[in-house]
Amino acid sequence: MKYISEYRDPQLVKKYLHELYRVTTRPWTLMEICGGQTHSLVKNGLLDMLPPQINMVHGPGCPVCVTSVSVLDEALWLAQQPDVIFCSFGDMLRVPGSSQSLLHAKAAGADVRILYSPLEAVQLAIDNPTKEVVFFAVGFETTAPANALSVVQAAARGVSNYSILASHVLVPPAMEAILGDPDNVIDGFLAAGHVCTIMGTTEYDPIALKYKVPIVVTGFEPADLLQGILMTVSQLEKGTYRVENQYARMVAREGNAMAMKAIHEVFDVSNRMWRGIGTIPDSGYEVKDAYKQYNARLKFNIHLPVREEDPDCISGDIMRGHKKPVQCPAFGGRCRPEHPLGAPMVSSEGACAAYYQYKSSV
Amino acid sequence: MNVNCPLPVNGVPGIITLGHGSGGLMTHQLLQTEVFDLLQNDWLDQQHDGATFSLNGKVAFSTDSYVVSPLFFPGGNIGDLAINGTVNDLAMCGAMARYLSLSFIIEEGLELSLFREVLKHIKAAAQAAGVAIVTGDTKVVERGKGDQLFINTSGIGHIHPRAAIHHNRIVPGDVVIVSGEIAAHGMAIMSVRKGLEFETEVCSDTRPLHEMVGKLLDCFGEQVKFLRDPTRGGLASVLNEMTEATKLGVMMNEVSLPLNEQVAAACEMLGLDPLYVANEGIMVAVVSASVAPSVLGALRGMKGGEQAAIIGTVTKEHAGKVVLESRIGGHRVVNFLPGEQLPRIC
Repeated sequence: MKYISEYRDPQLVKKYLHELYRVTTRPWTLMEICGGQTHSLVKNGLLDMLPPQINMVHGPGCPVCVTSVSVLDEALWLAQQPDVIFCSFGDMLRVPGSSQSLLHAKAAGADVRILYSPLEAVQLAIDNPTKEVVFFAVGFETTAPANALSVVQAAARGVSNYSILASHVLVPPAMEAILGDPDNVIDGFLAAGHVCTIMGTTEYDPIALKYKVPIVVTGFEPADLLQGILMTVSQLEKGTYRVENQYARMVAREGNAMAMKAIHEVFDVSNRMWRGIGTIPDSGYEVKDAYKQYNARLKFNIHLPVREEDPDCISGDIMRGHKKPVQCPAFGGRCRPEHPLGAPMVSSEGACAAYYQYKSSV
Repeated sequence: MNVNCPLPVNGVPGIITLGHGSGGLMTHQLLQTEVFDLLQNDWLDQQHDGATFSLNGKVAFSTDSYVVSPLFFPGGNIGDLAINGTVNDLAMCGAMARYLSLSFIIEEGLELSLFREVLKHIKAAAQAAGVAIVTGDTKVVERGKGDQLFINTSGIGHIHPRAAIHHNRIVPGDVVIVSGEIAAHGMAIMSVRKGLEFETEVCSDTRPLHEMVGKLLDCFGEQVKFLRDPTRGGLASVLNEMTEATKLGVMMNEVSLPLNEQVAAACEMLGLDPLYVANEGIMVAVVSASVAPSVLGALRGMKGGEQAAIIGTVTKEHAGKVVLESRIGGHRVVNFLPGEQLPRIC
């Protein structure tokens, strides 16, 4: 597979590892932001191949993991309304809200559908004029453009029975929340390559400067990750703190102008509650007033009580890098993929699921 | 004088209705014209409630139900699966399927032409596998209470005289072989699922494995210790079932896994792990190390076994676990899949 197999080349991996062992002289704690990166590190067995001084902690970059219980309860409430077709990406279905998951609701008779694109949901609304079609618009900056486009398209085609439940989250404010924490342990970041494909890299410059941390935009294959780690550690060893781009084959500094235009057309930046972390100011997208008829929260006038997380779930500590999944007393016992207490155990990109799936005893 | 009642007996022409499952005239007509005439043999000709036959020696008996959607997919259809699936389940016991039962649960409204097409494939698959369909049943359920067509087949067959297949015969050092490329069936189905259609040439691998098993047992007999077809849950699930039962480990090598490039690309795109994707025409064999190269050579010389590969060994270490050495030399556990694989967000 072009653009994939080259970055799984064992010789290239060996070269980066060799260089990493050479340049590393001290302990460093690095955070990879994206859940896809976490999975690749664990799935390929990379964590055990790194120099022992390098401690990788796993960031909040899994949209499934950080979607709050309250938003999931909103999704469940919507799915259970008569004449609603509730559409979602696949991996949101297993995440537990305060009482149950969308998968449970589906089994109990709710019309919940797995889609691969929000544009399909618009078509579904056109095909089912007597139903209300709601799309669960979760994700980081990566999924925001397509979700925004679905609203633009619905408006252009005069589709009035379509709306979205927006729960978008943004990477840079989360990084600032982690770095601004007095207990912060992170020395450097691997920024999420796919997010930067959309947004570019410029918004990371002020963060690197303010907190004096190197930030390396990194891809997802083993050689990408090792090169990203090497670039970060090289900066740390030299005492520099710049934004660098390891994933240049996909990421341009200025990002994708068309995608950003779609986002800004439909969404305003808003405060957002992150599961396990709490509310982070200006860390999400909400549907603009100009498109309020496509905002499911307003359309259905949803007002549900705010719910607490399961107190045994330490996902907040995990996503801020304070703890590893295996340090959670519930890990593998009360909390397993088939019975998750918190979202990091549910999502295929969650850190707990990655540890449970690939690392339980090697 | 021939007086015909103007009331039509057949309900709506061209589709199957509840009347076809009533047990009355419409059922009789449907079976006679669509099923018995096509699958004709001595047992079905008797039109009895069951089939009678003699069996000598040790036999294996298996059953499976088929609920695939869509009914037709690249490389096969529900009819092929219904025959090959049960033939293969018996083959994994070291048995050559001889007699099969065939039961339909049809959703009201199924087009007769579609049913007919499935039956044609059933006939061809049964002929290819050398198995006789000797009894069966047909039910029709109301619209919305089924998904077009469900099929159940049960089969019975003689055990090969040299078969000694049991997981308790597996010992450390035994070699794990897979007979062909993995994950093709599951990805072929995915490629035509509604809302997900993607362009690919991936075809289901559905095929009967009884000949392959027969030849292996002819040549290697009791050196073949374990056979399993990795259908739902894929290769990872079969290997986990084996390590759980034997309390031994398996060390698997990612580089050696036979995986078609198009299948691999489709899995990457959807975020699915091919180790958990269904197969319908390959098997996992655990054999003594001494015969492993010969078994591999034999498999590669057979139709459907061209891509066979040694993928790992049975170990005393990490008992009860399947461990995979990744392409780049790292190690990870390959666990059971918790529930369904769900395509990821990003």
